[in-house]
Amino acid sequence: MKNKFLLILIFCFFLKPGISYSLVEIDITRGNLDPLPISVSPFFTDKISEEKIKKNLDIDNLGLEISKVIENNLSKTGLFDTLDKESFLQKPDIAHLKPRFEDWALIKSQVLITGKVTSKIINEKDYIKIEFKLWDVLGAKMVDGFSLTTVPTNWRRVGHKISDKVYERLTGESGYFDTRIIYVAEEGPKTQRVKKLAIMDQDGFNTKYLTLGNELVLTPRFNPTNQMVTYLSYFRNMPRVYLLNIETGKQEVVGDFPGMTFAPRFSPDGKKIIMSLAKDGNSEIWVRNLETNIQEKLTDHPSIDTSPSYSPDGKFITFNSDRSGYQQIYVMRSDGSKVKRISFGKGIYGTPVWSPRGDLIAFTKLHKGKFFIGVMRTDGTGERLLTENFYQEAPSWSPNGRIIIFYRETKTNDKGQGFSAKLWSIDLTGYNERLVLTETDASDPSWSSLLGN
Amino acid sequence: MNLSKILKNAFLVAIFGLIITACATKKSVKTTTESSTTTKAAETQKSDPIEKLDALMQGDVYIGSDTVGELASGVPDRVFFATNETILTTASRETLRKQAAWLRQNSDVTVVVEGHADERGTREYNLALGERRANAAKDYLMTYGVSSDRIKVLSYGKERPVDSGSNPLSWSKNRRSVTVKAN
Repeated sequence: MKNKFLLILIFCFFLKPGISYSLVEIDITRGNLDPLPISVSPFFTDKISEEKIKKNLDIDNLGLEISKVIENNLSKTGLFDTLDKESFLQKPDIAHLKPRFEDWALIKSQVLITGKVTSKIINEKDYIKIEFKLWDVLGAKMVDGFSLTTVPTNWRRVGHKISDKVYERLTGESGYFDTRIIYVAEEGPKTQRVKKLAIMDQDGFNTKYLTLGNELVLTPRFNPTNQMVTYLSYFRNMPRVYLLNIETGKQEVVGDFPGMTFAPRFSPDGKKIIMSLAKDGNSEIWVRNLETNIQEKLTDHPSIDTSPSYSPDGKFITFNSDRSGYQQIYVMRSDGSKVKRISFGKGIYGTPVWSPRGDLIAFTKLHKGKFFIGVMRTDGTGERLLTENFYQEAPSWSPNGRIIIFYRETKTNDKGQGFSAKLWSIDLTGYNERLVLTETDASDPSWSSLLGN
Repeated sequence: MNLSKILKNAFLVAIFGLIITACATKKSVKTTTESSTTTKAAETQKSDPIEKLDALMQGDVYIGSDTVGELASGVPDRVFFATNETILTTASRETLRKQAAWLRQNSDVTVVVEGHADERGTREYNLALGERRANAAKDYLMTYGVSSDRIKVLSYGKERPVDSGSNPLSWSKNRRSVTVKAN
């Protein structure tokens, strides 16, 4: 990618680690009906910095924009109630220096975020330095903060990193804001959809299209360890699994198979790709080691075996098979041994995806003409359906395993009109279902790991 | 008003009968998905005469000619499948025999058999299902003397429907394999 994600990070933690601040904490294991009131003060920017930034980015008030990125991230979790900036009594610069806690308590804010943006020149190049502080209003003290310096175009990522820090501090879980989503952008009539690979920040900004739409592309999936993507392309009418480096744009076919390869997914260490090979009317699961180029067949059954997904420790694989007569979910060891069916509920089950936390498998279920996204434990017990609709499938986990993103298609009317495909997200709790905004129609989402520095 | 009510009731009874018949004539017992599909078939076709729907689907296999093109003059290009099935119906076998006969006469022609699924299944499973359907057709063509190196298969899963409707009749048209000339 043109835009290099070279973040120069200068972390200056204002606090010694290991001190626990228990006053403000959120339990995210239940649906949160009582979101935590939080104020995100516009980040203060001095006049000289403001002019420089305006010249660099054509943004009038970058401090305000960064605070909006944070606010948007936090409010979409459903865990926070971000208070209206109109109600803030204190000016951003004073608040950042030392908040008057009574003023923030007065508007019922329990947590306050303040910050400061300064432009800098290092080796004759423009940079911005962004400082942030997290304040416990009731405890009347600062609980966290950092400052970092980066190229001006990276300002949204700084907002995401701050959001991650706040989320981690207040929930005890790792964040998921400094991440990206790769998906299939769709346009055109239902009978002739044009599909392109697209990537965007987790909050829907910075969309980039990675293919031109000349050939059909499906099911992109991130490598959990880097910025590589595996996907299915119909290049030259030969449906095959491909590997794409999204930094360089380089693409290559994965392996040398005598038929259609599809349903690819990386192993947790990113060194292997697991996928299906369809040949002579039979689909089996194969794995290819990208380092040794050794490929190996893992299933051996005349039924359809597809949609494989590794457990995060790499020891097991969950997959979809119709060997019982209908699509059901199975688990086997990663060498293909000890195949065991785990789905036994009513209806048919597809697209199993192992949670990054290891304890759950997300799936699609079709029952009585409706499609559900649900989760079950890895032995098949504890099935929980999170959402029901006319058509939806392809769950993908947020890197912290708290949120599932999937796509949903609408029913067309009598004339076959009104088709749309959109991305949606829902909390593992079954609450907080949200439309994920995309520039075009969208399907097959895959969530990246937290980006590095 | 009374008359219309009676007519409506008669209509409902007729639909109910249709459902019963449809269920009873199904060879294998299917999941609830299929029976609800049948219910919806009746619902979505309310405006059409029942005879018409009956004439277009047998069980849930499409038997109409609406979307059917020609591989050659008098040789239909496609066959249709039941939900989740890859079994060739009697009508499908007849179509494929015609294709095989024509291909035997035109030995320079190579074909691609495209396999398709309806939108009521997960994308990846449907890719596999489309491949299975295309191979079912290919195998039959081979049985009738067309050599395997003249037939390529290409599964589109649910990516290329011919009918964009969200109803059982549309879905039945989309569950198909199509034999297309490749040269």
